[in-house]
Amino acid sequence: MSGRRLPVAARIDRGRPIRFRFDGREHQGFEGDTLASALIASGVGIFGRSFKYHRPRGVLAAGSAEPNALVTVGTGGRQEPNVRATMLEIFDGLEARSQNAWPSRRLDVGALNGLLSPLLGAGFYYKTFMWPPKAWERVYEPLIRRAAGLGRAGIEPDPDRYEKTWAHCDLLVIGAGPAGLSAAVTAARAGARVILADEGAEPGGWLLDDGGDASSALREDLLAELRAAPEVRILPRATVFGWYDDNVFGALERVGKHLPPDPDRPVERLWRIVARSAVLASGAEERPLVFAGNDLPGVAMASGIRRRLVGQAVAPGRRVAVVTNGEAGYSLAAALESREVEVAAILDCSPPSAHDPERYAPARGDWRGGQAEDWRGVARIVRGRPLRAVGMRAVEALEIERRDGSRRRLAVDAVAMSGGWSPNGQLACQRGARPEWSEARQAFLPPIDQPGLHVAGAAAGLVGRAACLADGARQAVAALGEIGLAAAPAFDPAPEDAPPPRALGAQGSGRGKSFVDFQNDVTVDDLARARQEGYGHPELAKRYTTSAMATDQGRMGAVNAAVILAEAQGLAPGAVPLTTQRPFFSPVSFGALAGAARAEAFRPARRSPLHAWSQARGAVFLETGAWLRPAWFPRAGEPDWATAVAREARMVRLAAGLCDVSFLGKIELTGADVPAFLNRVYLNGMAKLPVGRARYGVMLREDGFVMDDGTVARLAEDRWVLTTTTAKAEEVMAHLEFCAQVLWPELDVRLASVSDAWAQMALAGPKAREILGAVVDLDLSDAAMPFMGAAQAPLRGAPGVTARVFRISFSGELAYEIAVPADLGPAVADAIMAAGQGAGICCYGAETLAVLRIEKGHVTHAEIDGRVTAHDLGIGRMVSAKKADFIGRAMLGRPALTAAGRLQLCGLQAVDPAQAFRAGAQVLNAGAAPSLEGAQGHVSSTCWSPHLGRTLGLALVRDARARHGEEVQVWDGLRGETCAARIVPPVHFDPENRRLHG
Amino acid sequence: MASLIDCPHCGPRPREEFSVRGDAAATRPDPEAGPEAWHAYLHLRTNPRGLHREHWRHSGGCRRWLVVERDVVTHAVHAVRDAQEGAQ
Repeated sequence: MSGRRLPVAARIDRGRPIRFRFDGREHQGFEGDTLASALIASGVGIFGRSFKYHRPRGVLAAGSAEPNALVTVGTGGRQEPNVRATMLEIFDGLEARSQNAWPSRRLDVGALNGLLSPLLGAGFYYKTFMWPPKAWERVYEPLIRRAAGLGRAGIEPDPDRYEKTWAHCDLLVIGAGPAGLSAAVTAARAGARVILADEGAEPGGWLLDDGGDASSALREDLLAELRAAPEVRILPRATVFGWYDDNVFGALERVGKHLPPDPDRPVERLWRIVARSAVLASGAEERPLVFAGNDLPGVAMASGIRRRLVGQAVAPGRRVAVVTNGEAGYSLAAALESREVEVAAILDCSPPSAHDPERYAPARGDWRGGQAEDWRGVARIVRGRPLRAVGMRAVEALEIERRDGSRRRLAVDAVAMSGGWSPNGQLACQRGARPEWSEARQAFLPPIDQPGLHVAGAAAGLVGRAACLADGARQAVAALGEIGLAAAPAFDPAPEDAPPPRALGAQGSGRGKSFVDFQNDVTVDDLARARQEGYGHPELAKRYTTSAMATDQGRMGAVNAAVILAEAQGLAPGAVPLTTQRPFFSPVSFGALAGAARAEAFRPARRSPLHAWSQARGAVFLETGAWLRPAWFPRAGEPDWATAVAREARMVRLAAGLCDVSFLGKIELTGADVPAFLNRVYLNGMAKLPVGRARYGVMLREDGFVMDDGTVARLAEDRWVLTTTTAKAEEVMAHLEFCAQVLWPELDVRLASVSDAWAQMALAGPKAREILGAVVDLDLSDAAMPFMGAAQAPLRGAPGVTARVFRISFSGELAYEIAVPADLGPAVADAIMAAGQGAGICCYGAETLAVLRIEKGHVTHAEIDGRVTAHDLGIGRMVSAKKADFIGRAMLGRPALTAAGRLQLCGLQAVDPAQAFRAGAQVLNAGAAPSLEGAQGHVSSTCWSPHLGRTLGLALVRDARARHGEEVQVWDGLRGETCAARIVPPVHFDPENRRLHG
Repeated sequence: MASLIDCPHCGPRPREEFSVRGDAAATRPDPEAGPEAWHAYLHLRTNPRGLHREHWRHSGGCRRWLVVERDVVTHAVHAVRDAQEGAQ
């Protein structure tokens, strides 16, 4: 390859060489280089292989739409595929690799696919490789998937940091070219809060690419003014990728991907920008010309060549052919010429009708000589069309056809092509608007003036620096006017430069593939085939051929595809519309979208105030919802969890145990109408609950099914506290707030969630009373503190602290729950353990809690699964008949909710103590074949009961209350196990509740 | 769907802070209104093309229940008020 660095002025810093590696080879560039410019400068032509045909590909464009020069950067967790070499600024230590090439990008076995191309055209997977039928899944698809595709994502965790942030402004300006800078300056002078986001490493857009002194000076002046303005934030390397409802924009800022890794800096930042108004000044993308071999390395967009020539002093080759249908090719030729790069010829392929010798006068102004033939004595302007670019791994010649029909072969090592401009109006079409064809501008234009988004400059189809400066100012004034801010345009109206060139369809008829969508390997023939086969509609053609489905989302090829599809139907350009635009404008990494929400932070674990206390006592934790709950507390010598749990359960029933129950939802209520309110949200009577007492309560949903259960305690005349289950704490709070705020706003009720304010412990077991008596200063006698009593009392060690004590029991033992301010939890737990040491106290966890409650037939959400009624649970008698209204009452009486045949709560006991069954298993009639057909219900909870010496369970079984004593089979279809069990009442242990009362 | 909801207590906040309950047009019937009225309240919803009135809760903010009027065609939010103000 003959790309090289020129000894001319540019924006690279030749004093700062940078070393990096590409495919294992070391290369050197300079600060200010992109990977694309640095590699071209060191003679690299092939950057990788194409998606389908494995054709060698170089660099096509210069910006984020680059479809060809996609590389994989980094290794391990930092491996990132499909990075556009044109956007990647090089840094010391950068490691990049080519993609889709084996064994190497120069010699690639997959290129044989090119020979198979008759079989691989559009829609090939619907038509070929169909026989034998089984071979598709086993042979063809894996092979095709291996051969196709671009880079591969790494599978290791990404060690880098990503962050998300919000920003607010009066005016968001997208793009910092002439129109964007002018809009930002106009807004800044009006005192508006401005964010100026630009995709490039340096703001400036065309003012940078132009390379002229006037443009450079103007850029410096405008940027200096913006940097001095207090309310202006300039975001370089930030691509605005989406326009969302309420004028919220999404932007991706590349903060550290162009720098060596640094743990103190995120690599990318995702912005959500709330803009009162916005100006879209995102410029225009140059259209490729469609001719055979237009994808050969060495064939590139004129604008891309220009950006590297002016910015990084990189010449594309030694002898360049420029193929153009407009001014851009002429001005590039002048720029090449002025840097001593030979221009073999300009091939002007604008149609005869469009040709006007004077139309490119401004470009010619820079040009040596007036008449083409005078220019170094060579016929330098040829009118005609490109037929074919020729070469093996890089372009070696360009075959052209002159307008008189004669053909010629130009020996060149680079071809610059320019097919006109496609405004980057995609963002303005992401919320339903569609671009419309403008005959005058030969482009699809976005709507210019939508509320909140005004399109300016080249994005609106304008041509020329002066016109874009004026338009940016004008649109900023309009955008600010919309939000009531007066502004004066920073630039006066100015005329446009040369008229935009004619949009062209396919050129030439040379042998070989003419590419329309480079990244997805879609050719003119594919589009023709799509139309022949009935997929000519642009949305269908897109999906049939995958044209415009690559990461550039059709920014390079969509207009060419639309024009070619129109021509094929004998229609004018513009008759076939573009396909629907959606976010994202350019790819956004998953890392940026996830931000900090990954690993533990994805769903932060909730920890009880006693978490560290439990941890110090060796607890094994279990995730329940967002909570980490102690599951059991193993002791030395215990071989497994079951041993620990059985020991804990025995110790509780024998002496005492302490269990963290801080996880329960706790809601405090005050207000004159709390009794009436509670009466309406629980199915049982709550209005007459006296001070100093607690009561079990069940809440229904409005459809009559059970929502949650818990206790209500009245601590004082005007203070109630209710508990919810751990799982439903949030839902119950939202439900009660809805009842208070929306259903019955007339009731004087105030609710506060105090779940996190209290550490709450259950102290259960025959010794509970004497242990608790040592910790709280409270008369715990049955007379003063009976079952379901509630009291507030000072702690013995800290008389200033009031504890809440409830005599309630989930375990069936004499038990109390004690709640203390969260930060005192560990100290109080220590005091209880110390007081109980002589009595044989232990800590117990959620597993033992489950054993104790299953033995006692207490339900949790394993049983309250959203499909059960109070009647099903055997608590139908709790339903108040006296209350005129409560949530769920009206629907509770539906006949089906009490009909025969419903699943009812019961206990199950394994007949053989050596056999066990598990939750989720089906309950079958004795003797029935193992099948879901005729299943009688299911097991909801099970445990090994150390007190009954067998496996116990709770189950929901058809008409269970009439079947106590019946033997059934428990069938675990997943494991293919059956176990004989007996239906019993839900309360397995101490059915008379003697232990409860101590 | 809107990106922002203008909470009457907290100002414009991202919609991720809010949770939706659904139709605010239905009013809870009298307890004795009969099964048809209750069936309608619980199960029947219209899904008009255009304006919807819904109950939303600022669950990540002030925790108040709100009535949000929004257009499901244009995604515009027309009005947001505290549900209690409307209910009284």
